[in-house]
Amino acid sequence: MSRLLAVVALVLLFAAGARAANPDEMLADPVLEERARELSKELRCLVCQNQSIDASDADLARDLRLLVRERIQSGDTDDEVLAYLTDRYGAFVRLKPPLTAETVVLWGAPFVVVVIALLAGGLYLRSRRRPDDASEAVPLSAEEEAALAALLAERKER
Amino acid sequence: MRFRATHILLAVPLVAFLGLAAIFALRVTDGADRSVVPSALIGKSAPGSVFPGLGVGAGFDPAALAGRVSLVNVFASWCAPCRVEHPLLMDLGEEEGLTIVGINYKDKRASAERFLAELGNPYDAIGVDPDGRNAIEWGVYGVPETFIVGPDGTIRGKHVGPLSREALDGSFGDTLRGLLEANKGAAAS
Repeated sequence: MSRLLAVVALVLLFAAGARAANPDEMLADPVLEERARELSKELRCLVCQNQSIDASDADLARDLRLLVRERIQSGDTDDEVLAYLTDRYGAFVRLKPPLTAETVVLWGAPFVVVVIALLAGGLYLRSRRRPDDASEAVPLSAEEEAALAALLAERKER
Repeated sequence: MRFRATHILLAVPLVAFLGLAAIFALRVTDGADRSVVPSALIGKSAPGSVFPGLGVGAGFDPAALAGRVSLVNVFASWCAPCRVEHPLLMDLGEEEGLTIVGINYKDKRASAERFLAELGNPYDAIGVDPDGRNAIEWGVYGVPETFIVGPDGTIRGKHVGPLSREALDGSFGDTLRGLLEANKGAAAS
């Protein structure tokens, strides 16, 4: 039984390692390592471009993971690490682009679309309501009344 | 005719869709490679870190580029597109007033030397970057990449991927020719 437990414990240990960055890259200090991992998830691998460096197997992603850890160990704050990489690779290196003059359209577009949708929807509903108003309904002409009576009579005959 | 406002509103999604489709169509068909990340370093000073030399060479000290128009080419012997662009670099090596510097990226010294012995050496200086750490300072994310550095030590242009006749005929080449022309004038006067 104790042997089984040992095996289970070993498997769990390795399973936890598999979810983390490569073991040889990890920092000894778990607090710093956690910060490095959170930062890595926000940084784009420039080779694969739609993966974070945390998830990518590319060589450059590994280099950048090590660089992030190197900066953190030398005492950089999270913002300083991001600034260091943005200075060299541009804002594109961040998976979540910061709000700047360049990205204001990107960040603002969803709100503009919601406002347009609400305005358009409101106007549409307002103009829809009127024809349903009975007081404004146009009465049938004499001709239409006659045609309707004829149709109804025809139905009764069947 | 009281429905008119509604009818115009109904056309809004269609017009918006056609507008977006037109923008996307233009972006897709303009021939530009969207995987190329524009360099954040253009207009900024070239990073100062010194690359050690390949073998007995002096290496690459960015400070030594002052007063000269330079191409800084990141290459490796294991990189196939580097072979493709190599003849073009050999041609550019003949260009009057142009300095070409190589950064040998994540390569073995013997392999790099064999590569240059086989294809020729267009470089005025070669620095090595065995672990790719120094190249990060230049915002390198693949090989080959080529930078234009002006006489004032500012990065003026960057080409990602193998250098081609098309690139030299395009804006990259225009920048290079403009700098060479201006520098020639400065040297003469």
